[in-house]
Amino acid sequence: MFIAGEYDVAVIGAGHAGAEAALAAARIGCKTLLATLSMDNIALMPCNPSIGGPAKGHLVRELDALGGEMGLNIDKTSIQSRLLNTGKGPAVHALRAQADKKLYQFTMKETCEKQENLDVKQLLIEDIQVEDGEVRGVVAETGEVYRCRAVILATGTYLRGRIIIGETTYDAGPNGQRAAMKLTDALKRLGLRLMRFKTGTPARVDADSLDYDEMEKQPGDDESAAFSFMTDEPTRSVAPCWLSYTNEETHKVIRDNIERAPMANGVIKGVGPRYCPSIETKIVRFPDKERHQLFIEPEGLHTREMYVQGMSTSLPVDVQIAFLHTIPGLRHCRVMRAGYAIEYDCIDPTQLSPTLELKAIHGFFSAGQSNGTSGYEEAAAQGLIAGINAAMMIKGGEPLILKRSEAYIGVLIDDLVTKGTQEPYRMMTSRAEYRLILRQDNADLRLTEYGRRVGLVTDERYARYRKKKEEIETALQKLRETILTPSAETNAKLAEAGFGEIRTATSLFDFLRRPEADYKKAGALFHLPEISEEAEKQVDITITYEGYIRRQQEQIARMEKLETKLLPPDIDYAEVPSLREEAREKLADLRPRSVGQAGRISGVSPADVSVLLVWLEKERRNKQEETRHDVS
Amino acid sequence: MHQEDTISAIATPPGAGSVGIVRLSGEEAIAVAGAMFRAKSGKNMEDIAAGSVTYGYVIDEKGDVLDEALMLMMKTPHSYTKEDVVEFQCHGGPVALRAVLERTYMLGARPAERGEFTKRAFFNGRLDLSEAQAVMEVVGAKTEASLRMAVGHLSGRFSERIRELRHKALDMIAHLEATIDFPEEEIDDVVIDDVRAQVAAMRDEVDAMLKTAHAGRILSGGLKTAIIGKPNVGKSSLLNAMLFEERAIVTNIPGTTRDSIEAYADVGGVPLCLIDTAGIRKAKDAVEKIGVERARACVQEAALVLAIFDGAAPMSEEDKEILALAKDKETIFLLNKSDQLSALDAMSERVIHEAAPEASILRISAKTGEGMEELGTLIRDKAYCGELNGDEASFVHDAREEDILRRVYGYLTDTLQTVENGMSADFIVIDLRSVWETLGEITGETAGDGIIDAIFSKFCLGK
Repeated sequence: MFIAGEYDVAVIGAGHAGAEAALAAARIGCKTLLATLSMDNIALMPCNPSIGGPAKGHLVRELDALGGEMGLNIDKTSIQSRLLNTGKGPAVHALRAQADKKLYQFTMKETCEKQENLDVKQLLIEDIQVEDGEVRGVVAETGEVYRCRAVILATGTYLRGRIIIGETTYDAGPNGQRAAMKLTDALKRLGLRLMRFKTGTPARVDADSLDYDEMEKQPGDDESAAFSFMTDEPTRSVAPCWLSYTNEETHKVIRDNIERAPMANGVIKGVGPRYCPSIETKIVRFPDKERHQLFIEPEGLHTREMYVQGMSTSLPVDVQIAFLHTIPGLRHCRVMRAGYAIEYDCIDPTQLSPTLELKAIHGFFSAGQSNGTSGYEEAAAQGLIAGINAAMMIKGGEPLILKRSEAYIGVLIDDLVTKGTQEPYRMMTSRAEYRLILRQDNADLRLTEYGRRVGLVTDERYARYRKKKEEIETALQKLRETILTPSAETNAKLAEAGFGEIRTATSLFDFLRRPEADYKKAGALFHLPEISEEAEKQVDITITYEGYIRRQQEQIARMEKLETKLLPPDIDYAEVPSLREEAREKLADLRPRSVGQAGRISGVSPADVSVLLVWLEKERRNKQEETRHDVS
Repeated sequence: MHQEDTISAIATPPGAGSVGIVRLSGEEAIAVAGAMFRAKSGKNMEDIAAGSVTYGYVIDEKGDVLDEALMLMMKTPHSYTKEDVVEFQCHGGPVALRAVLERTYMLGARPAERGEFTKRAFFNGRLDLSEAQAVMEVVGAKTEASLRMAVGHLSGRFSERIRELRHKALDMIAHLEATIDFPEEEIDDVVIDDVRAQVAAMRDEVDAMLKTAHAGRILSGGLKTAIIGKPNVGKSSLLNAMLFEERAIVTNIPGTTRDSIEAYADVGGVPLCLIDTAGIRKAKDAVEKIGVERARACVQEAALVLAIFDGAAPMSEEDKEILALAKDKETIFLLNKSDQLSALDAMSERVIHEAAPEASILRISAKTGEGMEELGTLIRDKAYCGELNGDEASFVHDAREEDILRRVYGYLTDTLQTVENGMSADFIVIDLRSVWETLGEITGETAGDGIIDAIFSKFCLGK
């Protein structure tokens, strides 16, 4: 057995999860191996060319606050961006950027290659060595062994990947890459429960073959904020997207060929996501819908390939071409790559603890699509957390587990490990119960301290965060302390600035509750400290939405009590009296980390939670008494 | 000592004599008690010493007396739960006792969960380790009870209405959420005026439920109910089964003659006033044959009739007379002795069905308790749906449900306020989610993927 290297952490796969995981582990100081099937495909975007959107954009902002890479990387490579949902409340404002795909990839590749402590290698990993329940190393197809104490599975859609286009199927990863065919068997040998999921992508068409006057131009925002809290340059939009619609003719082509669709003829067995249905699925499920919209998006500045968003399909190529040719703007389009569906293996994420480590194998972490999720952002967020926690394990640090009340990342991971998923899991803002607290504008305020604690937040980033936080606190205090008296002088001043008069003594804080007032205007009038625009925004939000924010904070405080009650990992649920049988089985199987998590398992009732609390208290007192006896 | 939110419950076991105790515990216990109690001596709460007993009156929001009571106040940590605790010893019987309890809810206490006082006592170190097992049994037992309740609800029309409300809330949530999570999809804009109208209608409905519940509890002394049937058919067993039903609150109210003794029972959450229990009891010894005449008098007085027949014997002439008496009233026909298998009950059922095609027929065993739960559900449905005549007919349910509905009412009001304030969709969703989740506490359906399922079933979304 040839030992090719000794590492602390080995990451299998260098997609969005793998790259973040490897960077995090290496930056924290672990000797890290990043194994990729192809050096040319690090941080590949095999599907849509965009990053962000509702909830996904939130994930990126959070990841950035913790010291991850995706935010910085998209800021450097974006060719168009838009702030979505601006007509809705501040909690759901969402940034979405189009990436130059190749630039995105190569920028991330370079970052990984230049990273200290990180070796990037082109390897197909086929086995994971485990002894006594602990990870010992990974084995490449060429036989060499890389010793490691932690492994992070980030295999995306490559595990026994199978491409399906109409009647044609073959084993491959996305874009015709190699699939990892043997690693699945190794995982099975290690006792892991696997699932089979499916996803798909639309065709890419030649930009020079489109009729632009038949489509609606969708330019980005002239200038918009960046993803990263460290990027000062605003993003400029240099390439537009285009909007078009399907029509009855399109639907007829699809309906006439529906028996040739792999989802109809039984070729596809994997479970696909509901939020990313193929066009044939949309037409079957919503037969009354007269048209479906689609966006034509550029894949980069140095390619003519355009992504046809909304038209994901696995119909045969002739059908794909036929239905695309019915769509205004695409009537003469030349297809450069056909759409396809891909099936792949992933693990049932309920086998993981909230650190993303397998409960059964010490040192074995998993992140991204291999955990049953979908999306670049979901993958990157998990990759970061898995990387951090693998490093914490190596360094003997406290693991990082974000709560549902702290971050979308916390919601994502808690959902996965507590409820599992029946389809590729996509993050949505509606999954978060405390959405008003988890805004994208305050991700740094929520999470920078955690990033600092684990060692990913640089001094510069930390200083920025401290400054913003201080500005906000000082400003709020000043607003509370400054009392306006209803004197003629004050009211004249207010009237001059266009505000109605005050009749009783009012703090500036209360004054700012008026819809027409904000910190900037009040600041000009009453000589308030000058603070950054970002800090002003926080102050305004804090005051305007105070009532709603307080309500969510009260809910969080109630929930928190259960989150801090930790359940010992070796608890024998058969020994806990008065639990219902269903709850006992579920608890024994899932082994939740806290009473709070236990309560979210389907089949565990509030009464079971009460029983657990009493049992914990009993154990605590038992131990106390034992200690007392030991001392005497 | 850290104190939890304030809980209250009737602390005396059901049917345990003429004194009933309402107990409050938690940080607001003394404040709640102060707002509902007027000491005879005129003393204020602040002047009343902890540990002392004070005589006075429990009053409603208008200052009218609900009951006379002794108030016992205990301050943390010198109480059973180690929290602030106030107890009212009331003398006015079950209806007044409920009114007193109701008053604590109005003032902000919430119904205690089963075993919750004990749980608090344990967590605050009042009970020692050896009692932990017993505590777990008490809190765990809730599961059985709540499961039973949930099952009962599944068939109930009450829960149907709750589900409809929930469904309406979910529909609005899904629409609003879809526009938030998929801003670039073609989804019709949410029309805020529609939301306002829908929410207002929902609030009216909840309000109506609460009003009838309240009126039902305070005004009526229970739904007048007659149990009729020939001698030895099981009237007495049925009565006993109803009286020993878990949540029963029983007192005998002495009347002018022994014949008019009435009993109160809480069946399926509906307080029943059972007419002529003396007559029923007497009949059991079969010394005095209770004739059809007596049954007729009962039926005339009753809003609800429970007509009981022997399911293990063929219908007698006497049975047929009972049937004739009952068929035009709001009646539940009971075939007793379902524990003794017999083909005869099917025949009896046919006879009843011919006489009263719309009637509810139920097989029970008053002896084993079989069918009693279904009976409770049936009574509750009838009471709720206004099938019963007379002033007594009202929608009545248990304290927990009422508490939930009151919270729902509050959240619907919040929603309207949010709409009025011109807040955006995501704020409206916050309020509507509270409505949806809180209603779910009644039907036992908790949050989860419901919203997401609703979004995808309604809208065609995705790239």
